[in-house]
Amino acid sequence: MSGLLVKTNNSIRENLWRYFIVAIPYIWLLLFFLAPFVIVFKISLADPIIAQPPFTPFFNESSDGGFSIYTTFDNFLYLFQDSLYFVTYLNSVKLAFIATLFTLLIGYPIAYGIARSPQPTRNILLLLVVIPFWISFLLRVYSWMGILKTNGLINGFLLWLGVIDQPLELLYTDTAVYIGMVYSYLPYMILPLYANLVKLDIRLLEAASDLGAKKWQGFIDVTLPLSIPGIIAGCLLVFIPAIGEYVIPALLGGADTLMIGRVLFDEFFLNRDWPVASAVAIVLLLLLVLPIVYFQKKQAQETSEAAA
Amino acid sequence: MLNQRSRFIFSALCFGFAFLYIPILLVIIYSFNDSRLVTVWGGWSVRWYVELFNNENVLNAALLSFQIAAITATFATIMGTMAGFIMARIKKFRGRMLFSGMIASPLVMPEVITGLSLLLLFVSLQNSIGWPASRGMNTITIAHITFSMAYVAVIIQSRLTEVNESLEEAAMDLGARPLRVLWDITLPIIFPAMVSGWLLSFTLSLDDLVIASFVSGPGATTLPMLIFSKVRLGVSPDINALATILIVVVTLGLCIAAWITSRQNRSAR
Repeated sequence: MSGLLVKTNNSIRENLWRYFIVAIPYIWLLLFFLAPFVIVFKISLADPIIAQPPFTPFFNESSDGGFSIYTTFDNFLYLFQDSLYFVTYLNSVKLAFIATLFTLLIGYPIAYGIARSPQPTRNILLLLVVIPFWISFLLRVYSWMGILKTNGLINGFLLWLGVIDQPLELLYTDTAVYIGMVYSYLPYMILPLYANLVKLDIRLLEAASDLGAKKWQGFIDVTLPLSIPGIIAGCLLVFIPAIGEYVIPALLGGADTLMIGRVLFDEFFLNRDWPVASAVAIVLLLLLVLPIVYFQKKQAQETSEAAA
Repeated sequence: MLNQRSRFIFSALCFGFAFLYIPILLVIIYSFNDSRLVTVWGGWSVRWYVELFNNENVLNAALLSFQIAAITATFATIMGTMAGFIMARIKKFRGRMLFSGMIASPLVMPEVITGLSLLLLFVSLQNSIGWPASRGMNTITIAHITFSMAYVAVIIQSRLTEVNESLEEAAMDLGARPLRVLWDITLPIIFPAMVSGWLLSFTLSLDDLVIASFVSGPGATTLPMLIFSKVRLGVSPDINALATILIVVVTLGLCIAAWITSRQNRSAR
């Protein structure tokens, strides 16, 4: 009898302990991750006013004690009417897409090379890929400013070689933004590609070559198709953060390098138009929902496969 | 014996690592440049380091950033470990879908959106309940904990899915209470993952510019905010010196961590 009693006591305690473990991070995320989005959405429906805070309230208390709700879609309409925003969204997608492509082209051979290296070298090479990832993002972007400047190292070197007689405009251009993005996001591309390529069964390639396939045919017909999950994961890990990037266009891009993260930042800090900045954020989020959901589905698949 | 293919791979590796490391090496070399003109070589000197250590703004910003990073890393590790444990071990509870969405999203959320939304939350809270009374270290720390704990959760979750649950089940079958199992079996297994989670959170917090710029108040300037306000006007030699210090510290830390793990792996074998 007493054993039964202890058991129920224990299971109550176990449940309490579970609630406790689940509740703390859950409440934190509800408060500091989910609630903020609701507020952004709410403010994107307000009018800007000159006050503190600079937007009209959502609930209005009328004199007889009732509530009324004030909303407007003006901010969203404004985004559609002013072609600047449309062009900016398109331009962000274009810059992020091309940068992703270049990152893949540079990252794939590196990941492949690491995956085919013998064991002790492989670990050292992986560490070398990871180190820049831990070094400040801001400082890594900054390091390119000195290289790309008008009187910077590339121009100095080319002038010294005599290839050019006028310094090239490199810094504050789209080219600089591409270089900065490829440079900053290269580890994000290499690591998932490596994780995929290292799992490749070498016997498949041996079988292909036994059946008469040349080395490049083996690569095209066996390695490449099998590495598609790695390619997709790497590309999404580069593409998604690149679209909303602020630091790279702000430091390396020109005044005409329009990116949505930068426009949002300026709308908020320079124009102090919080409702329009919120509307820009909502539209950016809608733009990213598909790739993000797709990425998470892929990740969930991978984890369940790994667990199985 | 290098055939054509290995030569291609070899040159790809050389190019890749040169691309990754030359910009960093150049910053380090130019931090010892005596000339004020950043790209003209004026001989070796440590004057920018001296200037850096006499600059009170830099020291204050660094102190603030390190404090925020330490608090962030500790809390993010505690809550991220809980979240990773939930994802890996508690299969069913109400609202699990929402929870897994919320824990994974900060990893891919653009920083401008996270920053903007958190600031609007803080402003709304301040207007309705009077907290937080001012923005600065407190709000930056809350923001950093929120996105760092997502990274910790991923690390812990993948570690826990790697190891077999049977060890924990065996302990349960032998009569150990859940808390005892957690303390004696689960925590020792995930401890190395918690250490990497702590280090990652610390670095992420120390590195963040965009979110801190949104949620900070007038009094608080973190190190990245200070660096950004200087470099957006152009290259500056004392930032080269600051970058060199940070790079050396991070690289040393990583190499020591890698050395310790490889030694542990060897002794485990």
